[in-house]
Amino acid sequence: MHIEIDEIAKSFGSTTALHPVSLAIPSGALVALLGPSGSGKTTLLRILGGLEFPTSGRVLFDGQDATGLTVQERRAGFVFQSYALFRHMTVFENIAYGLRARPRRTRPPQAEIERRVTKLLELIQLPQIAKRFPSQLSGGQRQRVALARALAIEPRMLLLDEPFGALDARVRKELRQGLREIHDTTGLTTVFVTHDQDEAMELADLVVVMSMGRIEQVGRPQDIRARPATPFVRAFIDA
Amino acid sequence: MSDGTQTLPAKWRPVTEESRPVRIALIAAALAGLAVLVLAPLVVVFAEALARGAAEAVASLVQPDARAAVKLTLLVAAVAVPVNAVFGIAAAWTITKFDFRGKAFLITLIDLPFSISPVVAGLALVLLFGTNSLVGGWLVASGFPIIFALPGIVLATIFVTFPFVARELIPVMIEQGRAEEEAALTLGASGWRAFLTVTLPNIKWALLYGVLLCNARAMGEFGAVAVVSGKIRGQTATMPITIEMMYNEYLSVAAFSLAAVLALLGLLTLALKTVLEWRHADQLAASRRH
Repeated sequence: MHIEIDEIAKSFGSTTALHPVSLAIPSGALVALLGPSGSGKTTLLRILGGLEFPTSGRVLFDGQDATGLTVQERRAGFVFQSYALFRHMTVFENIAYGLRARPRRTRPPQAEIERRVTKLLELIQLPQIAKRFPSQLSGGQRQRVALARALAIEPRMLLLDEPFGALDARVRKELRQGLREIHDTTGLTTVFVTHDQDEAMELADLVVVMSMGRIEQVGRPQDIRARPATPFVRAFIDA
Repeated sequence: MSDGTQTLPAKWRPVTEESRPVRIALIAAALAGLAVLVLAPLVVVFAEALARGAAEAVASLVQPDARAAVKLTLLVAAVAVPVNAVFGIAAAWTITKFDFRGKAFLITLIDLPFSISPVVAGLALVLLFGTNSLVGGWLVASGFPIIFALPGIVLATIFVTFPFVARELIPVMIEQGRAEEEAALTLGASGWRAFLTVTLPNIKWALLYGVLLCNARAMGEFGAVAVVSGKIRGQTATMPITIEMMYNEYLSVAAFSLAAVLALLGLLTLALKTVLEWRHADQLAASRRH
């Protein structure tokens, strides 16, 4: 799905989180929103997912105005920073949650839910953990379960907030590859937030560098590296 | 751990651990305090109740005034506790999941019953709903008196026990944050479904503690109820008030027997909590870890 961000601005009271920003995300792209904390990248992601509403501006999904759509209507698969798995539910129930939450007319029967959850567990390469609780999983396993839970609703796009932030360096490298593979298999338009420039450069097709609520530069990783548009971008990617 | 410490020099003890004599002294002091302040009074109540034999204690409990008092107290708790559970959840939800102006003021307001003397609360209700007030006069005229009647007792009890559920829930809900609810919403759940399937299971233990504390206090409340009830024997006298009246009339067996029943109701609440904790220990641990 093609996403268009048109002059989106957001302020919380007297503080401005986002100055009007515009950005076009081509269908099927893997995009990184890169910037230091306070740069507005998470706010932009949450606006895309319908968890925050912009103060002004529009969001277009495939050319259709989606600004007023509720979080449920967006059908965005969202992976939270600390994964926000439901701690009192098993992995199976976590992944099945979105299917069970559907209105009766469109809710798949139990057998179909089981089939889909099993398939998703295979996709994240953790077929044996269906009966475990989140507290019994490692950080990397939790992240992959959160990804499977987001994919279960057959989302129109995948939004990830610092998906590797809570992991140690080795697991982080492994899971980068995992996310790339899942993106390539599903073909979903994917946007992830990161403050780690290596991660953004290695993983993304398109990197959006942000600072102080503004977009500093948009480009392919190699172009940003070769031709930083502003002194901020130069300093940030050199760091 | 214990076999390892013996071979280590004394100065390698864990920094937060005290030496053996200090530990024993502290534990002994705590136990002594507990025995004098908690256990002894409890034992005395039961001893006084049974001072002239179990038969007389039971006889004093089956007389109409005592039975009416037990019934009234249970009825008041049965109304006040669910009301406060719902209010408490609503207040904790509002405070922890939303940002709005006047939040600090709302938190202070919830704590108000803790800082105001129950007698003052009772007097305030009398001023508001008593026969001499505008509202009270009209209510009495239309056959629905609040003061010196059941509604007043319930209102006073609700006021006094208002903070318990909310106070238990607020720290738990702050610690858990909003992420799980947000996740449920992005997965297509309605707000109500997210509350039932995500929020409620996460707060159920805090809710249970809050409800049990609220219940214990609701059954034991004296001051506010004493003011609004008018102490009409057999009609508006709850257990604590009946106990006080009996004691003042030197009916010590009757007073202490009823006091023992009230204490037993409290102990029952405590036992219930312990049994639930013990039966769901694994779940409790899982929800606290993570």
